Amino acid sequence: MSVAIAPEERMARSYLTDGYNLKSWLLTTDHKRIGLLYMVSITLFFFVGGAAATILRLELMTPKGDLIETADAYNRMFTLHGVVMVWFFLIPSIPAVLGNFLVPVMIGARDMAFPKLNLLSWYIFMAGGIIVLATLIAGGVDTGWTFYVPFSSMFSNTFVVPAAAGVFIVGFSSILTGLNIIVTTHTMRCPGMTWDRLPLFVWAQYATSLIMVLATPVLAITVALLAAERIWGVGIFDPRLGGDPILFQHLFWFYSHPAVYIMILPGFGVVSEIIPCFARRPIFGYKFMAGALLAIAFLGFIVWGHHMFVSGQSMYAGFVFSIISFLVAIPSGIKVFNWTATLYKGSIRFDTPMLYALGFIGLFTIGGLTGLILASLAVDVHVHDTYFVVAHFHYIMVGGMVMAYLGGIHFWWPKLTGRMYSEWWGKLSALIVFFGFNLTFFPQFVLGYLGMPRRVYEYTEDYQILHIMSTLGASILAVGYLLPLSYLILSLWFGKHATGNPWSATGLEWQTTSPPPTHNFEETPVVTEAPYAYDPVVAEAEYRASLAEIEERPRVNHT
Amino acid sequence: MSTTHELLQEPPLAEHFDDLEQQHLSAQLGMWIFLATEALFFGGLFCAYTVYRRMHWIEFVVASRELNVAAGAINTAVLLTSSLTMALAVRAAKLRERRWLLIYLAITIVFGAVFLGIKAFEWSEDYERGLVPGSLFTFPFRPEFAGFAEIFFLLYFLMTGLHAIHLIIGIALVATVAGFCARHQYVAQGENLVEMTGLYWHFIDVIWVFLYPLLYLIDVHR
Repeated sequence: MSVAIAPEERMARSYLTDGYNLKSWLLTTDHKRIGLLYMVSITLFFFVGGAAATILRLELMTPKGDLIETADAYNRMFTLHGVVMVWFFLIPSIPAVLGNFLVPVMIGARDMAFPKLNLLSWYIFMAGGIIVLATLIAGGVDTGWTFYVPFSSMFSNTFVVPAAAGVFIVGFSSILTGLNIIVTTHTMRCPGMTWDRLPLFVWAQYATSLIMVLATPVLAITVALLAAERIWGVGIFDPRLGGDPILFQHLFWFYSHPAVYIMILPGFGVVSEIIPCFARRPIFGYKFMAGALLAIAFLGFIVWGHHMFVSGQSMYAGFVFSIISFLVAIPSGIKVFNWTATLYKGSIRFDTPMLYALGFIGLFTIGGLTGLILASLAVDVHVHDTYFVVAHFHYIMVGGMVMAYLGGIHFWWPKLTGRMYSEWWGKLSALIVFFGFNLTFFPQFVLGYLGMPRRVYEYTEDYQILHIMSTLGASILAVGYLLPLSYLILSLWFGKHATGNPWSATGLEWQTTSPPPTHNFEETPVVTEAPYAYDPVVAEAEYRASLAEIEERPRVNHT
Repeated sequence: MSTTHELLQEPPLAEHFDDLEQQHLSAQLGMWIFLATEALFFGGLFCAYTVYRRMHWIEFVVASRELNVAAGAINTAVLLTSSLTMALAVRAAKLRERRWLLIYLAITIVFGAVFLGIKAFEWSEDYERGLVPGSLFTFPFRPEFAGFAEIFFLLYFLMTGLHAIHLIIGIALVATVAGFCARHQYVAQGENLVEMTGLYWHFIDVIWVFLYPLLYLIDVHR
């Protein structure tokens, strides 16, 4: 499948050599460059949110509030962590970076359907981000990322309205990204790229985009109503004025539950690309994998009430939401079993992306199964608002999505940049991340089960040993995140030049050069076979040949 | 103004599309998805309206009677007619009839402005009668219902206000497109633009078709 391209030609022209000044980046409509703009921005937000997490963990080492001295300051800190991580890292992470870069390439298109909207979405993202950062510098918000009323509308003395405005604005950026991906997938596929030949990564971005365009507007109107109530002093949600605070929770979770699937479905897509490639086997049950993505996206819209079991909503509503939440386990189970079945009789290689992907499967399984525990009404009443919940969603979001994002970044790094990173450091930091993550969050399951409530900064001494384990894990995790930041950046100057297809993977993105030319392909490709046409028998030879070719390449750039 | 020469002109094709059909299909699908997001944006308000209307039915009826039904009815007629002229503008663009296109777009703008004018008149009337929620709210007619009537008027102002914002954007869009078509020699250059703006305009119209009975006609059928 791979197309041989002479090194001289490869280095000559690509989307990266299209212009070197700031203007050529800030006014670009190339989906690949916009993907990189997003990558740089969300990396910044990731480390802002990560710094907040570090402070929270350091504070929690001791039962008394010594690093953070007031509950109020602690509230502001975890709100900062939540708002930044959810809206400014997790939601745009894979869709806006890898999705933007890869969806058009994977379907053989020259660009997204709406390149200018694509650029606009990045500017909207940055505008929302700057407002939120300014809010934080000015003093922050203490409502938690969920902005629950009536606290947020009547009692909080912090900058709720500017923070809500930032969230409102950034929502439109994800709507535009989602809209672009949906239309691109529908109308821009190259000849032969039928729906049943679509890579699962594209299916995942498609399912995610459906959620983005259908759920995000509801968040927008919800925070707009919240702002109206705060500014105007009227009672939409205020019970004293006849409003209903539960309505806020319904509207909020109508967005935010589907949004947690925005934060995991794209990860499924990445893992579904990595596993077949490094197991050298076609994905097991392709149609079920694609169907499961759509099923999860659909079910995601009708389970929001499981966040509200103790809110005072109708008990019967609780029953129904609980049952439907259990149904989510079916498509999720299909995915986990099919990834595992793909490995069976494969010729497995443990390269860096594969380590992340395998880590993802394990951690997602733990996160998913504890989700079932939380979906059970009776148990949820016991562990609601404890560290059990915190551990559960961090297993999905950090253990799932961040692992998948890092796996994807490593897998496609040669395609993004044209450089190979250091495999040794890559593997090492994948292992550090896995170990650090589990040490951080597994003790939190125990903490939560023992009754440690979330969102408090002081606790009884019985919990300290588990908190110390968690903080220790967090510092290891921090090293695991700083390492890729360093060696990936260094690889831009010192990495070996990548071939068009360093992993001898299938998929259109590997048939063009690394990095791809401005319009992705010299000639519009034609697809003639099903995706994931891997063969475990010829795998070894192909892989060695590819490695040998990269090894012969010089480290410094010719041009 | 329409000449054979102009009929031969095709709309411009962006470089990342293969052909005009693909480009047109993309624009259409994109616009429909955008309208779906708009429907959900209003959906939050419709949801709040439904919940509170069910909880406080009597108060909503009493409050609704204070609205100016005649003004609302005239506005409904005005907006529906503007949708007709907008549809005729799209047709004129397809037939490459430049003069009619510009005339219809202009009429559409006028109707939109008339709607906003009547709406502004209604709002000022409401203001004078103390129906604006917040510290100014006095509900002198049936003071015992004032609490939940305020929620009704809050939703009324939010929904009609959001609708008016959309209409203002719609008028600006139509004006921009009309300006574009007036500057360019060939109608084909703006054909897609006219069609997509038309979709948006009809959407605003449809929202009003729901708002009018929900807000003004709560119990008129009785």
